[in-house]
This record gives sequence, C-alpha cells and structure tokens, in this order.
Amino acid sequence: MAKIELKNIVKTYGDGFPAVNDISLDIADGEFMILVGPSGCGKSTLLRMVVGLEDITSGEMLIDGKRVNELAPRDRHLSMVFQNYALYPHLTVFENIAFPLRLAKGKHSEEDIRKRVNTASSMLELDEHLERKPANLSGGQRQRVAMGRAIVREADAFLFDEPLSNLDAKLRGQMRTEIARMQRRLGTTTLYVTHDQTEAMTLGDRVAVLKKGLLQQCASPRELYEQPVNLFVAGFIGSPPMNFLPARVDGSTLKLPFCDVPVSGELAQKVQGAEIVIVGVRPEYFKDASLDGSKGVDFTAVVDVTEWLGNEQYAYIPFEADAAVKAKLDELDRDLDGEGMRTQMVVNLDARSRIREGEEARLTFDPATMHVFDPNSGDCLTRDEAKAAAIAEESEADRKRALERVREREAAEVG
Amino acid sequence: MESHVSDKTRTWLGVVSIPIIIYTLIPILWILSLSLKSTATLADGKFIPHEISWDNYRLILTGDARGLFLPALANSVVVCLVATFISVVLAMFAAYAIARLEFPGKKLILTTALAVSIFPVISLVTPLYNLWRTIHLFDTQIGLIIPYLSLTLPLAIWTLAAFFKQIPWEMEQAAQVDGATAWQAFRKVIVPLASPGVFTTAIITFFTAWNDFVFAISLTSERARTVPAALAFFTGASQFQQPTGAIAAAAVIVTIPVVILVLLFQRRIVSGLTSGAVKG
Repeated sequence: MAKIELKNIVKTYGDGFPAVNDISLDIADGEFMILVGPSGCGKSTLLRMVVGLEDITSGEMLIDGKRVNELAPRDRHLSMVFQNYALYPHLTVFENIAFPLRLAKGKHSEEDIRKRVNTASSMLELDEHLERKPANLSGGQRQRVAMGRAIVREADAFLFDEPLSNLDAKLRGQMRTEIARMQRRLGTTTLYVTHDQTEAMTLGDRVAVLKKGLLQQCASPRELYEQPVNLFVAGFIGSPPMNFLPARVDGSTLKLPFCDVPVSGELAQKVQGAEIVIVGVRPEYFKDASLDGSKGVDFTAVVDVTEWLGNEQYAYIPFEADAAVKAKLDELDRDLDGEGMRTQMVVNLDARSRIREGEEARLTFDPATMHVFDPNSGDCLTRDEAKAAAIAEESEADRKRALERVREREAAEVG
Repeated sequence: MESHVSDKTRTWLGVVSIPIIIYTLIPILWILSLSLKSTATLADGKFIPHEISWDNYRLILTGDARGLFLPALANSVVVCLVATFISVVLAMFAAYAIARLEFPGKKLILTTALAVSIFPVISLVTPLYNLWRTIHLFDTQIGLIIPYLSLTLPLAIWTLAAFFKQIPWEMEQAAQVDGATAWQAFRKVIVPLASPGVFTTAIITFFTAWNDFVFAISLTSERARTVPAALAFFTGASQFQQPTGAIAAAAVIVTIPVVILVLLFQRRIVSGLTSGAVKG
C-alpha cells in the first residue's frame, strides 16, 4: 500500500533526447493507473524509472512521501511483471514464485514461504504446475507465474510492463479480467504500461496518455472519452477511432465535407476569426436516419465498404480532406502509429441498418456530440471543464467505494 | 533438442559421418592395441593383438617406470584442476563485465585477449624459462599454472562472454526488483543460467592444460613434470629397445579422465537451459 508521486520527472539520454519530459503524476494509494501511448512515447522508460532500473535525470520521485530517486530497485519494495515475463528457467514454478521471499533472508520461515506461495498459486490457478519448469508452460501459464512472483511479496505497488502483449487475443481478454480482479481484491497501488487503448480503458481507474515523452492528459477513462483535451487524446482513445473532419468556418456555420452544422453560443465565439477547424465525431454518434429519425444534422453520403459484425456494423465513407488541414491530419495519423491511409469516415451503425456498400445512405448526428479542435494547437474547443470535473469526481468516488468494499471484505475475513 | 531434418538428410549425414568416425577412432584404437601387445609382438603389424598382455600397464603402474609416471600423473591432475578452476572463475567475472557493462577499453581487452591466444607458444618458452629460473618458479606447479592461465583465459573469456550475452537483461533486472543485490542476481540467476557455458569453458580449459607439451617439457625438471612431458623420458628395458608399449599404456591412462569428463558433462553442455526464460 503506497502512494506514488512523480514530480517533474525528466529522462534524457546521452544524445540529449528527452525520452520523458517533465511528467508529474500522483498515483493514489490503491489506485490502478495506466500509462498509455503509441510506441516510443516514453511510457516504459517512465515505469522503469519508477522501479529503479533507469536513472532519473531530473525531478523527484516519492513513494509514501519518501524520496526514492537514489534507492536501488530492491530497496523500493515494488514488484514488477516484465513484458517477456523474465522467469528463472532453472527454477521450478514454486521456486520462481518463492524467489523474492528467499532473498529476504531470515524474514520468512520455510513454512511461511510454503503458505504464501500456495496462496498465490491457488489465486492464479497454478497449483498443479508448481513442480514444473517454465519451459514446459504455455504463454498464459508463464504470465501467471510472473504475476505470482509479483504478488507473493506483498510489495507496496505492482508495476506491469505491457504484460499481455505476448499473448494471443483470446487469452489477452481473459488475463485482462484476471489482472483487474486481482488488483481489486488486493487493493494494491498499480502502475500499468500498455499501448493498447482497450486495456487502458478497461483496467484503469485513471489513464495517463503520453505522446513523445509529454503527458497529454491524465483522467478517468470516461473523461478521456467524453472530454479529451486535444486532438491526440481524442484520436488515441476509442476504437474505431474518432473521425476527424475538416470544417470551414462561415459566420456561425461549420461547413463539413458532407453537411453544414450551425453553431451558437460559446463555441461560435471561439471559432470566430478562425478560417478552418477540425471537427471530431465518434463513429457511434452517427445514426442511420431511416432507422432512428433525425438527431439534429442530416446528410447523405455514399458508403464505400460495410462490415457487418452481428451486434453492430461499420460503414466506411471516403472523403477528400481540405488541403489546409491535410498536413495536420497526416501528422496526427503518424503520431498515432497510423499507416497514412486514405482519409475516410467510419460510422458505427445499428446491426439492423439496411445500408449496404455502394449505396447512398441517409445519416444523422447530434451536433452536441461533436468535438471541435483548433487545427494549429490541436486543443479541444468544446471541452467542458465543469462536466470533466464532475466525471472525475464520480470516478474517484467509484474507485473509493470499490476499495472500501475490499477493506470491508478483508476485515470480515480476518474477524 | 528436436531436430527437423528429413529422413533422407539424416541417412546422408549418417553415411558421411561414418568415415569421419573411423578416421578419428583408428589412432585411438591403435594406441590401445599397442598398449596391450607384448614387447616381442609390438612390430608384428597386426591391428588386433595376438594375445593380450598387461605388461606395459604393470611397468608404468607398479614396475620400473612407476617412479616416473605416477608423480607425473599427480602433477598433471593438480596443475590442470587448479588452472581450470582459477581460469573459469576469473573468466566468469571478466566475461560478465564485458557482456553487461559499458566501459572504456572494452574492445581493447577483447582484442588483446584474442591476440594473446593466437601468439605462438614456442616463442614465449625461452624467455619464460630464463625468467622462471631467476625468480625460482622453474620446476614448480605454480610455474606451470601461470602460463596455462594466460593460455586458456582468452578463450574462456570469449566463450563465456558469448554465453552471458545470450541471457536476457530482464533476468537480472527481475532479480533486482525481487530484492536481490547485484551479486545475488549474478550468483543465483546468471551463473546457473550460464552453467552450460561454464562447463564448456571448463572442459576446453582443462584439455588445453592437460595436453600441453611445450610448457611442460621446458619449464619443469623432476618435481613438477606432467604426463605429456614424462612420456618423453620413458626408456625401454635396454637401450636397444623402444619404450613404445609403455608410452601407449600411459597415453591410454591419461585419456581415460578426459573421456569420463566429457561423458559426465555432455548433457549439461548441450542442454539449452535458457529456453523458457522468456516468451517463445
């Protein structure tokens, strides 16, 4: 149990390149914090600085209020699950899990070690594999052994470095829920690195989105989804990703590729003077007008490809991006590890919709659900601070309640 | 290790390996056959001895040549074991540093080691002989161990460094996070993982020292003489008789520990111990 504070953490490599640039984060006791971002954003480096495997160039790191910058990894009382598991191949599963306990000489009796390892192994369903060597285990089993080794010591915090990226899709889903369950049950502060936004959204109490060593936004998954601070966060969070459409500003009307949207009030003031803005609409906010009726703005477009998945269907609508924002959208695509594909709009439709490829479709969306971004700075002009604060408060309350429940259950078990 | 060779390739490999096996085995069998022949039938040109005689073995183990052979055998064992042990321990530390640490002069150390190992031994012997006589290391076991160390260390460092480099960094990092000091991580994780490399190195080192003749004949006289050197001093029953049989018997005896050593450690050498450490 511990609270981890990062204060203006910087990591500069020999060539002067800042892999992590001035990042400040507070991870509350018992919180599940996710570090997410495309490859090369510095998230793994940051994690390795927390655990002590990388030196901190400048800034301060505190665990429970105590400065740990200079402490060796073994003195930080953290445990870590590595991306490739890093199991000790010459030891059995039992000895692998017991390894941290055996290192703490004299602290644990043989009986105590046996008890703790057995508790961990039964929690992770490894009981029948305890005498086997890691080489004879499947990927998922190795992953669980690595987790067992991390939890057996009752460390102050768990650190995960992309623990699921080596598993196949089905197993990844299972292990994801397993990690969530374990973290809730133990109520241990957790820092989890991933490049997968689904893992970030499903696991995290809060998610810190990083780009090129800079912290973009740190908020609850819901806030990231509904109130992103900029283009990058909006594009990174959500699958399929948010559609970015160039819009010319004409008085109090935004001219999108397929339709015109009237704007009013605060937003109209904000876009005034700008020639062009980027409008972001999530795929699921588009509806089939023939099915749901008008939601505010109606338009027709020719659907290029449809993908029917049973519970929903995706329709792809290509469009020509305005030259003025093409460069910005391309840059964003590169930042998001994209392939620089054609500009197209993805629409997530009801599975009942009869829209088929090649057809002209009547679509509709509610202008209140759209985000408007400044194409130069990338800032979101529609972010509602009051709403964002409300969401943050709610998720914090949810988290505290969940932790409370864990403590109550623990107390009940002990008493 | 599972091989993925087709049956046809396997047959071919078998066919090709038979002449190689015969080629390497014949000298050994020949020496064995010579050692079992009596002096009279030594030169009869027959591969299989007419009748088996243990005279040669008796001669070197209990007979006249005993005083020459047995101390030499003891010297060989002591010198080679000590040299191997020191060499492997030193090489382990050096190789670990080379594999894991970045320090100035790393390249230089590696190239120097390589240069030393290809230096012609014979050119070193004369100055070494003079030096050893001056500082009273001539004809001592230490006087042999030191040159053997410099002879075997380069090879040992190169082999072990290659093994250490194969072990993923994460192994030590995981150990350190688990609460190990750098020394504990080395001893409890890296050394066991590198044990095939350590055994391979130990065997190579042992062989090099065990088979050495040049240093052994030049730097020793009576007290520290090892078997390869001692063989040259065997004499026949009379000055007209060649000590061929006795030399053959001694050669067979010194080959036995080597064969045992290889058989013992063969499994450890080939076992890919790092499999299962990481994903894959």
